[in-house]
Amino acid sequence: MTDWLSPEEWAAVRLSLKVALTAMAASLVPGILVAFLLERGRFWGRQALDVLVHLPLVLPPVVVGYVLLLGFGRRGPIGSVLAEQFGIVFAFRWTGAALACAIMGFPLLVRAVRLSIETVDRKLEDAAGTLGANPAWVFLVVTLPLIMPGIIAGMVLSFAKAMGEFGATITFVSNIPGETQTLPTAIYTLTQVPGGEAGALRLTLASIVISVGALLASEWLARRARRRFFA
Amino acid sequence: MILDVDIRHRQGAFALEARFRSEGRLTALFGPSGSGKTTLVNAIGGLIRPDHGRISVKGRVLVDTKRGIGVPKYRRRIGYIFQEGRLFPHLNVRQNLLFGRWFTPRAERAANFDAVVELLGIEHLLARRPSALSGGEKQRVAIGRALLADPHLLLMDEPLASLDEARKAEIYPYIERLRDEGGVPIVLVSHSVAEIARLATSIVVLADGRVIASGPAAEILRHTSFFPQAGPAETGALIETRVSGHEGAFGLTMLATRAGTLTVPNLDLPVGTPVRVRLRARDIILSLTPPEGMSALNILPGTISSFGEPDGPSIDVEVDCGGDSLIARITRKSAERLSLRPGLPVHAIIKSIAFDREVLGGAGGERDL
Repeated sequence: MTDWLSPEEWAAVRLSLKVALTAMAASLVPGILVAFLLERGRFWGRQALDVLVHLPLVLPPVVVGYVLLLGFGRRGPIGSVLAEQFGIVFAFRWTGAALACAIMGFPLLVRAVRLSIETVDRKLEDAAGTLGANPAWVFLVVTLPLIMPGIIAGMVLSFAKAMGEFGATITFVSNIPGETQTLPTAIYTLTQVPGGEAGALRLTLASIVISVGALLASEWLARRARRRFFA
Repeated sequence: MILDVDIRHRQGAFALEARFRSEGRLTALFGPSGSGKTTLVNAIGGLIRPDHGRISVKGRVLVDTKRGIGVPKYRRRIGYIFQEGRLFPHLNVRQNLLFGRWFTPRAERAANFDAVVELLGIEHLLARRPSALSGGEKQRVAIGRALLADPHLLLMDEPLASLDEARKAEIYPYIERLRDEGGVPIVLVSHSVAEIARLATSIVVLADGRVIASGPAAEILRHTSFFPQAGPAETGALIETRVSGHEGAFGLTMLATRAGTLTVPNLDLPVGTPVRVRLRARDIILSLTPPEGMSALNILPGTISSFGEPDGPSIDVEVDCGGDSLIARITRKSAERLSLRPGLPVHAIIKSIAFDREVLGGAGGERDL
């Protein structure tokens, strides 16, 4: 099984999974929060937040990567503070790849969650309120379970985006084997060297397997969530 | 005072200006669609905040805009039963029922789960999802869910509006039991005269966002002019009676009223049980002399106390029968022929009696005699 891929190729697969899962997990809570703010919130600057969240969707990924490099690089205004105060470094590390992927997938996650919040019957939340649940509890025990299918869909989109992210990642953290070389950048590298076609094909197959697996898992989770409603 | 409301609220072009007090075990808010009933219960339940005024329930001030008081809905302890049930689709019936209990302070958890489940007849539904329930079952679960949160007041916003007659008949007895044994005062929104005549102990009549009458049910139901949309068939008097005896050989039961005895087909109830009957205006005939040679069993003597407004060929005559007030709907022609006038002694011949509760084990609370 393990000799199916070379050690370098395995490293790329493992790194890609690590980066994608981290990006997905890290953006989950902020994503739900922002989706709520945008869908339900009535505050000054809502429009600006909406635009900011959606920017990665419309900007060229390379631009996002470069902005991240300027901001979170060793000498960037945010990156330098993080490095000095907390010892957190993003530039040319796998954490940077995760950050880039999280930001690129964020609008997809927010959109999916937002759509499902829109379909929640506010009357059920009112009913929960009359039964003594304060707004925080209403969110936890009524709203959250009701939007679970949307959250699952958003997570899958975020994961898939992270698995395929190329432009922002390579611009921000480069393409260092074992550190920042993810599946897409590894495939790109293999296609650039003579005799790399076989490796590229193997990694392409691995990529397909992972994507199909993610899709099936999400289908299964969504079905389970739906069955809880209509069983 | 159970309920004390004095509020003003504006919602778009609609203005609600409601002031009433109620001491009733079941207060009906009655009025046509758009008269402000739902806005009023929403203000009591805390779903909307009135622009001005105050609301108190059992002496506890929930809203007082002058003093800046506005208790949020989750601290009001007011059970709300909605028109559409609003059960949580992701929870089963048991979880729905226990939802409010979670948020009730431990010391105040008085409602007994098994007793409520038994009262509403929903034992066999506990494991089901709301999507697998019928309309009537959903409403019973919704009632149970509200009760198990140990509310200080129950609001019911046309809980039966979406159900057909058979389903309604299935739920009425539960609401009656709640009213009579539950100990939780109820506010019921309704636009059905038959429904409030059957259930209400107090009535608040709303029209165009204003309270046009409020008081004990028997008193309000006598005023036919409050119920124009109900039609002449529905107006009538509500009388509290008591089972005074049975006549087994004929299969009859005697009910004592203040004016005399009413005889009805056998009611399987012990002597002394209170029974509320409704005497519809169109079911009463007036006679100047004690009628003889008639098959009717129920004849009450009384004196004419007042006349209603003429309505086409008919007129409503109010007859005082020893303190109970009956309404007879007769033609203006007969009123003139008999020269009826206030103070004149008459005999009220009652053709049919409608019962408040389903005393004979279900179907139809009405007996022709």
